[in-house]
Amino acid sequence: MLEETVKSILSLKVNGRLRTDLVPDNMLLADYLREMLGLVGVKNGCDGGECGACTVLVDSEPRLSCSTLAHQVAGRHVETIEGMLRGGRMDELQAAFHEKLGTQCGFCTPGMIMAAEALLRRNAQPSRDEIKEALAGNLCRCTGYVKIIESVEAAAQSYVKTGGP
Amino acid sequence: MKPGEFKGTMVGVPAPLADGPEKVTGRAQYTADLPAKHALVGRILRSTIAHGRILSIDTSAARALSGVAAVVTGEDCGESICVLPNVHDEFGLARGKVRYRGDPVAAVAAVDEATAEAALKLIRVDYEELPAYFDATSATAPGAALIHDDKPNNITREAHFEFGDTVGGLAAADLVLERTFKFAGVNHVFMEPTAALAEYDPLRDTLCLHTTTQAPYYVHLAIARCMGMDTSRVRVVKPFLGGGFGGRGDPFDYDLAACLLARKVGGAVRIVQTREEVFLGHRGRPDTEIKMKLGMTRVGKLTACQCEAVQLSGAYTGYGIVTLLYVGSLLFGIYDIPAIKYDGKRVFVNLPSSGPQRGHGTVDARAAFESLLDEMAAELGLDSFAVRRANLLPTIPYTTMYGQKVMSYGLAECLDKVEKASGWKERKNTMPKGRGLGMGCSHFVTGTTTPVFWTGEPHATVNLKLDFDGTVTILTGAADIGQGSTTMVAQVVGEVLGIDWGRMRIITTDSMLTPKDNGSFSSRVTFMVGNAALDAAQQLKAILVRAAAKRLNCPPEEVESLGEMFRVHGSEKTLSFKDAVAEALVGTGTLTFKGTFTSPVEFCGDKKIKGSAIGASMGFSYAVSVAETSVDEVTGNISVEKIWVAVDCGRALNPLAVEGQVQGAVWMGVGQGLCEEILFRDGRMMHGNLLEYRVPTFLDSPEIEVHIVESIDPNGPFGAKETSESPLGGAVAAVMNSVAQALGVRPRELPMTPDRIFDLIDSTEVA
Repeated sequence: MLEETVKSILSLKVNGRLRTDLVPDNMLLADYLREMLGLVGVKNGCDGGECGACTVLVDSEPRLSCSTLAHQVAGRHVETIEGMLRGGRMDELQAAFHEKLGTQCGFCTPGMIMAAEALLRRNAQPSRDEIKEALAGNLCRCTGYVKIIESVEAAAQSYVKTGGP
Repeated sequence: MKPGEFKGTMVGVPAPLADGPEKVTGRAQYTADLPAKHALVGRILRSTIAHGRILSIDTSAARALSGVAAVVTGEDCGESICVLPNVHDEFGLARGKVRYRGDPVAAVAAVDEATAEAALKLIRVDYEELPAYFDATSATAPGAALIHDDKPNNITREAHFEFGDTVGGLAAADLVLERTFKFAGVNHVFMEPTAALAEYDPLRDTLCLHTTTQAPYYVHLAIARCMGMDTSRVRVVKPFLGGGFGGRGDPFDYDLAACLLARKVGGAVRIVQTREEVFLGHRGRPDTEIKMKLGMTRVGKLTACQCEAVQLSGAYTGYGIVTLLYVGSLLFGIYDIPAIKYDGKRVFVNLPSSGPQRGHGTVDARAAFESLLDEMAAELGLDSFAVRRANLLPTIPYTTMYGQKVMSYGLAECLDKVEKASGWKERKNTMPKGRGLGMGCSHFVTGTTTPVFWTGEPHATVNLKLDFDGTVTILTGAADIGQGSTTMVAQVVGEVLGIDWGRMRIITTDSMLTPKDNGSFSSRVTFMVGNAALDAAQQLKAILVRAAAKRLNCPPEEVESLGEMFRVHGSEKTLSFKDAVAEALVGTGTLTFKGTFTSPVEFCGDKKIKGSAIGASMGFSYAVSVAETSVDEVTGNISVEKIWVAVDCGRALNPLAVEGQVQGAVWMGVGQGLCEEILFRDGRMMHGNLLEYRVPTFLDSPEIEVHIVESIDPNGPFGAKETSESPLGGAVAAVMNSVAQALGVRPRELPMTPDRIFDLIDSTEVA
C-alpha cells in the first residue's frame, strides 16, 4: 500500500441481505461488489461508463457500478445478477436469455439482464423501441442485439401470465 | 418406440448453449474473475515514443518501492513469441527497439494496482528517437528508416500471382472498370478486456496460465519456449472467454509478462488490461487500400479480375502474412472467373499491429469487388442479382485455379431466398429519394487444412469417457469463445449416441485434461472438431451395440439404437442404456475413446502454387445480404433499416446458433460500414475507448432476418460447414451498395461517417 486508505463503515442491502462493511472511501461500487463480496457477475468491460457490463440495480434503477462510489449507495438496495435466481432457478428473464440465445460469449450478459430487469420492473410490456432505448447504454459484440431484444420480449410475454417480474 | 421412430434429437433443432445457465446467472468465470486472492497485480509499461532505440532501462527505483515484488524487461525475453514459422520479430517485451507508441517495454508485479502504477512511473527508459511512419507511402519511401532491420523498404511481405490471362480477359470485355477503395482499420472490440493469471509453483517448477485466448495451444508452445521450460511443465487453461473474433489467436505480451513475473516472485500474478490497452494491443482488420479492376461482357459475365491490396501491418508481423494471402486466395471459389491476378503488399508502420479479424483478409477485398460488380451491372443496365447468377460456379464439385475444392455450393439458393424475402424485384426500382436497397455476396473457408504450425498430427482430436455411472464425458480442447463450440460438440456426440444433455459432461480447453486443439480460427471448429467428435461417438456406439447384442442374444447388425434404448430388430426385446453400459464394461472397465479428423491431402492446397495453403479448405460457406438504408442528407447520418441475409452453412447443426452467428457477423459488417475506425494522429491513438471507437448500439442496429440454406456438404459432420465468417463481407457490400442508391453516388471509403457522406454529396454537386 502506498498510503493509508481512509475507510468508513458502509451499511446497505445487497441482493436482499443487509450488510455492514469497512470500505475505502474511494472504492468504486464495482470493486466493492467484485473484490469484497465476490460478486464477479459484475463485469468491467471498459475504462469507465462506456459499455454497461457493470450495470447493477440500485433501488430497482439501473446504475453503472464502475462509475459509482460504494459509499454513494449507503442505505440503498443493490441487486446484481447473482441476486436474480429464484429458489436457485433462473427467473423468466434469465431463462429467456438462455433459451433465445440472448447470450453468446456471455460477458455483457449480466449487465444486459440487469438493465432489462430495470426496464421490465417499470414497464412490464415494453415496445421494441422502448427496449432499444432502455438498453442503448449496454454494448454487445456478439449478437447484433437481435436475440437480446427477442429475449426481453419473451420474458415480457411470460409476465403476461405471471403478472410481472 | 417403433423402428425408425428415433430420428435423433440433438442435431438440426434449436439448442440453447450448453454453458448458457452459467452465462445468464453470473456464475461464468472469466480470467479476471478467477479466485486468486494471493495473486499480485501485474502492470505493463509502454513506450511513449513511436519509434526509437532503447538506450537504457533503469528499474532500480521501481524495484526499491515498497510493495513491488518483481520487474521484468526485454532482457528477460530472449525468445520469439511469434507463431508463424520464419517470423521472429516479437519477444513479448521490447528488446533494443520500440516500434509504436504503446509497445510494451517492462512489467511490474506489486501488492496492488496503485503500487504497480506507481512503480511504472519510477522506471526510467532512455530512447534515441528514430523517424516514425504512419502511412504506407512514407514508410516505403526511399531512405526511410527501417522499422525491422531485415525488412527492406519496410515491406513485411508481398504476394503476387496470376492465373489465366487477365490482360486478354480485360481486352475481351465489353466493359472494364477500375476503382480504388479505402477501408479504415477496425478492431474486434471483444467485450472482455484481455487478462492473464499466471501461477508458478517453485516446488515443482511448473507453471499454470489462465488467459483470454482463442488458440491456447499456440500460447502453450510460445510460453514454454519463451520461459525456457519444457511444454510438460506448462499448463494453459482458457476459462470462459468474452469474445475473440480473431483477435486472440496470438500469444501476447501480457501472457509472457505474467508468467515471467510469476516465476520471479515464485507465486501468482494477474494482469488485467484496460480497454485502452486492448486497443493498443489491437490485431484488428488492417487499414487497407484495394484497387480492383474487373472486365465484364454485355450480359454480365466476368472475364477477368485484377486486384491490388496494400495493408498496414503496424509494427509487427503477427499473423499478417496470412491476412495478406487470404485476400488473394478468396478471390476464388465464389464466382467462375477465367482469369485472376493479385498483387498484395503489407507495410510496416509505427502503429499497433493489425491481424486476423472475422472474415480474415477477405472482407475489404470482397466489399470492393461486390461494389464494383454492382456499379458495372448498373452501367450495363443489368440487375444486381442477375449479374451474380451469370457468374456462378458451373459444376460442383469444382476445383479453383488456386487448387481449392468446392464440394457444396448454395450460393444460387441464397440469392433466390434473399431476393424474394427482401422484395427486391418489386422494390428495388421504386425506392423513395434518400433510401436504397443494396446487396452483396461473400464466402469463407470452413477451416484451414494446413495449420500455420504443421506437426503431422490429425487436424482435430476429441476424447470420450464412459464409466460405470453411465455418464459420457466429452473432453475437447476446442476453445469456446462464445460461438458455441462446446454446445456443438455435445450435440454431435448426443446425436450419434441418442443420449440427452443430462447424460453428458463436457470438459474443455485445459491442457492438463483435454486433448490438444489448434484453436478457434479459420472457422475450423464445427467441421474439424465436429468430425472428430463424430468419430469418437461412433466408436463408442459400436461398443455399446456389441454389448447390447451380447445381452439381447442377437447379432450386432440386428441391434437398433433408439435413443437411450437398444432393441432387437423386429422384436419387442429391449435393453436399457444403463444395462448396455454395464455389459460393455465387463472385463475392460472404464471405456475411453479417441476420435480424430484429418483432412485428406487433396484438400490441402496445390503444392505447386506458392501460398496456396492459405485459403485451402474442405468446405466453403456462402452468404448473400440485402440491406435497406436511408440517408439523411442534412445530418449525413446513415441508418440501416433492415438486413435480409441467407447463408449456406451446410447442415445447420443448431439453427438457433446459426442465426446468432449470422446476425453477429452481419452486424459487425454494419459497424465497419458506418462508424468503426481506428484513428491515430502522429502515432498517437485517438480512438482508445468505446466512445471514440463507436460500435453500433441498440439504437443504431438494424433488424436482421436470417434465412438458412442447407447445401449438405459431403465431408462436414452431418453435412455442416461454417457460418460465422462468410456473411460479413457481403453485408459490408450490401450497405455500401444501398447507400449508393440512396445517395446516387458510390461510396468507396469506409466507414461512411457523416463527414465522408458530405464529401460524397459535395462531389455530386461539383459534378
